[in-house]
Amino acid sequence: MELSGSEIIIQFLKDEGVKHIFGYPGGAVLHIYDALQKQTDVEHILVRHEQGASHAADGYARATGKPGVCLVTSGPGATNAITGIATAYMDSIPMVVLTGQVPSHVIGQDAFQEVDAVGVSRPCVKHNFLVKDLSKLAETLKKAFYVATTGRPGPVVVDIPKDITAPHIKIPYEYPKQIEMRSYNPNFKGHPRQIKRAVELMLAAKRPMIYTGGGIIMADASQELREFVHKLGFPITQTLMGLGAFPGTDPQFIGMLGMHGTYEANMAMHECDVLIAIGARFDDRITGVTSKFAPYAQIIHVDIDPASISKTINADIPIVGGAKQVLTEMLKQLENTDLEIDQSALDGWWKRIKSWQAQESFAYEKKEGLIQPQEAVEELYKVTKGDAYITSDVGQHQMYAAQFYHFDEPRRWINSGGLGTMGFGLPAAMGVKLAFPDKDVACITGEGSIQMCIQELSTCLQYDLHVKVINLNNRYLGMVRQWQEFFYEKRYSHVYMDSLPDFVKLAEAYGHVGIRVDDPKDLHDAMVEAFKLKDRTVFLDIITDQEANVYPMISAGKAHNEMDISPLQQARQAALKEKGELV
Amino acid sequence: MRHIISLLVENEAGALSRISGLFSARGYNIESLTVATTEDQTLSRMTIITTGSDRIIEQITKQLNKLVDVVKLQDITEGNYIEREMMFVKVKAEGDTQRGEVKRLSDIFRARIIDVTDTTFCIELTGSGSKLDAYIKALHENNIIEVVRSGSMGILRGEKALTL
Ligand SMILES: Cc1cc2nc3c(=O)[nH]c(=O)nc-3n(C[C@H](O)[C@H](O)[C@H](O)COP(=O)(O)OP(=O)(O)OC[C@H]3O[C@@H](n4cnc5c(N)ncnc54)[C@H](O)[C@@H]3O)c2cc1C
Ligand SMILES: Cc1ncc(C[n+]2csc(CCOP(=O)(O)OP(=O)(O)O)c2C)c(N)n1
Ligand SMILES: [Mg+2]
Repeated sequence: MELSGSEIIIQFLKDEGVKHIFGYPGGAVLHIYDALQKQTDVEHILVRHEQGASHAADGYARATGKPGVCLVTSGPGATNAITGIATAYMDSIPMVVLTGQVPSHVIGQDAFQEVDAVGVSRPCVKHNFLVKDLSKLAETLKKAFYVATTGRPGPVVVDIPKDITAPHIKIPYEYPKQIEMRSYNPNFKGHPRQIKRAVELMLAAKRPMIYTGGGIIMADASQELREFVHKLGFPITQTLMGLGAFPGTDPQFIGMLGMHGTYEANMAMHECDVLIAIGARFDDRITGVTSKFAPYAQIIHVDIDPASISKTINADIPIVGGAKQVLTEMLKQLENTDLEIDQSALDGWWKRIKSWQAQESFAYEKKEGLIQPQEAVEELYKVTKGDAYITSDVGQHQMYAAQFYHFDEPRRWINSGGLGTMGFGLPAAMGVKLAFPDKDVACITGEGSIQMCIQELSTCLQYDLHVKVINLNNRYLGMVRQWQEFFYEKRYSHVYMDSLPDFVKLAEAYGHVGIRVDDPKDLHDAMVEAFKLKDRTVFLDIITDQEANVYPMISAGKAHNEMDISPLQQARQAALKEKGELV
Repeated sequence: MRHIISLLVENEAGALSRISGLFSARGYNIESLTVATTEDQTLSRMTIITTGSDRIIEQITKQLNKLVDVVKLQDITEGNYIEREMMFVKVKAEGDTQRGEVKRLSDIFRARIIDVTDTTFCIELTGSGSKLDAYIKALHENNIIEVVRSGSMGILRGEKALTL
């Protein structure tokens, strides 16, 4: 088969099983767009901003586990996509980004729309390539997919000069099924002896704690994790990125940990004597101040990336390996060991944890006539029966979503954790909806974040991507306001959103349905209505309490047992103390 | 602690910037970096001299290993190794006394004079970094016109080697 560079790209994507790509055309990719137009196997979604393309591809990847693909032009196309690439990089999401480049012979001459895409993207990709030779194009694309999807996943950029895609230069094409790279070996099984030591240590624990993260989801190891946790009967906490890998409604799950995690999860992290960390990277949002992190614990750390181990917190038993393989091996060893769990110690430990749970650290006060953001998420959870795909933006609403929507399945909770990118939610939801057109997909957002990629409402209309936007409208950059309230004596600096658009009218202008709710009484009906409109994109503008705060909170320099807790929890603690029941 | 990290790297455009970029992005120290192709044209050999605590050095080697262009890596300071650096020094050499003095000094250090004019010598010297330092110190500061140092290279002693 003789194909031009552009045709090779399209044919390769077909052969690789790519059904959808997100993109935006321009001079450097005109040849590729011409080839796209002549076929129907690969569907192209025209976004309204390249940031939207990279977030949508990212959302698609998070929901499906398959790599997301986008195509953008050189220069501004590439730079616009960067925020989405960096977002995917921080959360280790497999993605392949094809960027057009000026023709080879003018590279380096400050040509029209020239930017060094390989240089600009380098710090935020797993790897990148500049295609210099048409004969290497197919092989390079294969390498890109291979690197993006194996080991610790991540985004890969392939920069393709325009001359490489010229329609009149054709070469033989064959799909490269296999690829070998001597410098890249992503497979680690986990050392059996280390695993044995780990199993012995966990069985000897008196106050064990399991802490897992996004790595479980990337490894598709939810099933193994569930077996493992149920077999041991230990408490488990998950990071913001790990939610859903272990069911949110399972009694062994004691909530998310970290800055806005539950009281019980953080206290248990502080007091545990053996910590089993799997596919989590000890991010500063979860460790608090590292010198006071889990002071009594021996730490087992399983991660596919050796660089994640002992990066911020020293591991006593490091295990470099894929979570799925290591958990399978651990289960096998647990099956065959004579060692036994110290059940009475474990019972005592659970009792202590339950006493923390009794303080209800997420409790909030409902107010008449004023919607609390938490109750909006609770209502969403009820109306969607906990079965929706939820994307979010960044801010207080993101934390409420994580706290109050109890994900029972992996890949249902889609948010930007590492980079914390406002503007992620709506395009990511489009990617999810494209992958799962029959599922409910909602984007929990704030009036600040939604405006960062609101143009994508137009894409939703063009491609019938009927997502539900749940706008928790507090007229504040709430998360920043909360910090200014706590740490800057309420000197609110540039966090009030004045002159907000009328979101209902805006949604209507984009051809969608807009509904405003400002009374808790109407919340339920509005949600039901929104989800009943299966074939419409609905924008729910929910006017919420402006001054609501996210609790608990571990502030800078604090340890897990030094959380700021809500006024309600403080009252509860005081009452328990009075009765002598505070352990 | 000072460490010498030897790497075999794909001989590809961009590999060097990935590695130097890693050091600047993560705030690691870099004392010197040398690179050239090996007998195998597809591979470059790189020597990086860096300093840091054990934890940082561990991170540096792990992060380097993670780069797709890095084929193999070794911290040779963990073994028995040889380290050498090469230097060119151009000095003023006017009149018999001065010329004689520079020549004597070069003999002591086993340096070679590789270019001569009426007024200058160019000297080549190979050795450990501290030997090169000592030579520079021994020369009169205001006689030095130009100094070019290669940065250190290292290799393991004995049969051990960093090869594919
Ligand atoms: C406003 C805001 C507030 C936040 N508050 C919190 C908070 O309170 N609590 C919280 O937890 N986070 C919070 N975060 C998120 C936080 O910044 C980090 O993104 C998050 O904690 C990292 O999660 P993780 O450790 O699961 O790592 P991930 O980024 O998901 O990394 C996964 C790890 O798994 C490894 N891995 C990948 N594949 C495999 C495999 N196959 N097998 C084994 N290992 C694998 C990777 O190498 C990596 O080390 C917040 C973010 C924002 C924006
Ligand atoms: C692109 C980007 N810019 C700035 C920030 C810093 N930031 C974090 S949360 C936040 C406020 C978000 O406001 P909103 O979307 O209204 O959510 P709320 O906190 O009010 O729920 C800001 C500005 C960010 N995370 N991303
Ligand atoms: Mg807001």
